[in-house]
Amino acid sequence: MKFSRLIFANLFRKKVRLILTVGSFAVALFLFTFLAVVKGAFSRGTELAGADRLVIINRAGLIQTIPLAYRDKILQLPGVKAVTHNNWFGGVYQDEKNFFPQFVIDIENQRQVMTEMRVPDDQWKNFVNDRQGAVAGAGLAKRFGWKVGDRIPLKNALYGPTKTWEFNLDAIYSNDHPGGDESQFWLQWKYFDENIPSVIKGSIGWYVLKLDNPDDAVRVAKAIDTGFANSSTETKTETESAFQAGFAKQLGNIEFLILTIGSVVFFTLLLVTGNTMAISVRERTGELAVLKAIGFTDRFVLFFVLAEALVIALIGGLLGLGLAVLAIPVVGAGLNGLLPPLLLSVATLSLGLGIALLVGAASGLLPGVGAMRLRVVDALRRV
Amino acid sequence: MIRVDGNGGTSSLVKVRGLNKTYSRGGEKIQVLQGLNLDVDKGDFVAFMGPSGSGKTTLLNLLGGLDVPSAGSITVDGDEITHMSGSKLTHWRARHVGFIFQMYNLIPVLTAFQNVELPLLLTKLSKSERRRHVETALSVVGLADRMNHYPRQLSGGQEQRVTIARAIVSDPTFLLCDEPTGDLDRKSADEVMALIDELVGKYNKTILMVTHDPVVAARAHMTLHLEKGVLIEGSKSKQPVMAGGAA
Repeated sequence: MKFSRLIFANLFRKKVRLILTVGSFAVALFLFTFLAVVKGAFSRGTELAGADRLVIINRAGLIQTIPLAYRDKILQLPGVKAVTHNNWFGGVYQDEKNFFPQFVIDIENQRQVMTEMRVPDDQWKNFVNDRQGAVAGAGLAKRFGWKVGDRIPLKNALYGPTKTWEFNLDAIYSNDHPGGDESQFWLQWKYFDENIPSVIKGSIGWYVLKLDNPDDAVRVAKAIDTGFANSSTETKTETESAFQAGFAKQLGNIEFLILTIGSVVFFTLLLVTGNTMAISVRERTGELAVLKAIGFTDRFVLFFVLAEALVIALIGGLLGLGLAVLAIPVVGAGLNGLLPPLLLSVATLSLGLGIALLVGAASGLLPGVGAMRLRVVDALRRV
Repeated sequence: MIRVDGNGGTSSLVKVRGLNKTYSRGGEKIQVLQGLNLDVDKGDFVAFMGPSGSGKTTLLNLLGGLDVPSAGSITVDGDEITHMSGSKLTHWRARHVGFIFQMYNLIPVLTAFQNVELPLLLTKLSKSERRRHVETALSVVGLADRMNHYPRQLSGGQEQRVTIARAIVSDPTFLLCDEPTGDLDRKSADEVMALIDELVGKYNKTILMVTHDPVVAARAHMTLHLEKGVLIEGSKSKQPVMAGGAA
């Protein structure tokens, strides 16, 4: 385009100012992308939750247990296809900072309910036949360099005196959903139940059930909670996605926090770049007047200022996004499983770039309109 | 033929009739130009002189379509510009007017070549055609060997010559010069005026110039004085001037 030289020549007029403005965009975009990725990590459980699954917990709270005996009653309800149960194990592998979720699973029904978590049949068979067996997610195995056949010791103080439980890694599961959780560690209910104090034997942490038809979710949930009402252990049944959302909210309103920080960052960016563009235009009042005098239209002058602002936003935005693409995997690896995997999607990158361009256009709009309305005669008189 | 009596023929390139310009300043009305008439033919070179505030630059701005009169009409090459809309006037300026300012007003981040090329960016000329036109204009002003220099790398006289090249590159109907030598030393001023003489003599350009310098004004075909918003016939001319029918 024949005007590009004019636009780019003006961009590089004040190099320090250009670097600082582009840098502001880059930092803001990096921060936005990082926050969006963290938000995505927190909400991914909700997004990927099975629409046809319900989670049943003790009405008193997630850390309270539910009798195993409830399973048969639940299974009898019309519309329930399969039921599995889990307990939180909470062991420590080598060091407390090596946190990862460990679940006690019901080997008979786990694969019928959690269908997206795939375990090769031969490995699953070995796991079922090994009471001290364990299954690790592919991401978890990669994190610690585990392979099938490894012996995994987990120190545990939740169930009786502190002791080290030894497990044989028999299988590695993968998740069908891109970005789905592959960070869990599973162990067998029978082995767990045999080794915990008798007072809590026969108790599970929560049930997960699979429905024949997702449309039955409300009816079945209501039937379960009504069925156990006024019992010693009342239940709270909700969809898996509601359960995941509630779990994430225990950490605070992450979405609100991220939205607030993101908004403040972009509003500040708008003020900074708007001011920069205003100064830049004011410095060139005479030149813009000459352009108008020799035949450049008001609209061109507006376009000219907007184009400059957009190019700054584009360069800064791309730099910030590029930085995010490089840094987020490194940051993700450094989190050691404290957060779900940090995934940077094309949609997030596109949204970031779109917002950058929007802020760029908005920052150039007022100075651009001012330049557009500039009277040549007045401007030349000021030169 | 240059006339100030309003009796110029239909062939005049620039025809001004009953031109008034009034400004409001703090509620007070200031009449800068009062019923001004002017006829300028193609190839004429007119200098406007007068004390500060006499309306010289205002007249130039009106003739160049940068400002609109309070009353009266301006016709250039058959186009009456007084009632043109803002955008139409902008397009008209691009086609018909070449501006030469006292402070050069070159864009500092563009080379001499790129500054001269600016008016041509508004045309449909191809890149190679634009290059040819720019090279020709820079050759005319004697700066063909400086086309890749930035304004800061040129002297004041050279900068003004680049401005002249920018003004003539699109071959406008006439040139308007506002104190073209006002910021130059005598030697550079002489060089610039020699160039303007050449544009008139060799290329038959029509030039209307505002100046404070009588030496510079003396090079014009006719010097017209503006006093209290009225044009008064000049004292010296290289070409006949018609005032009140007298040659």
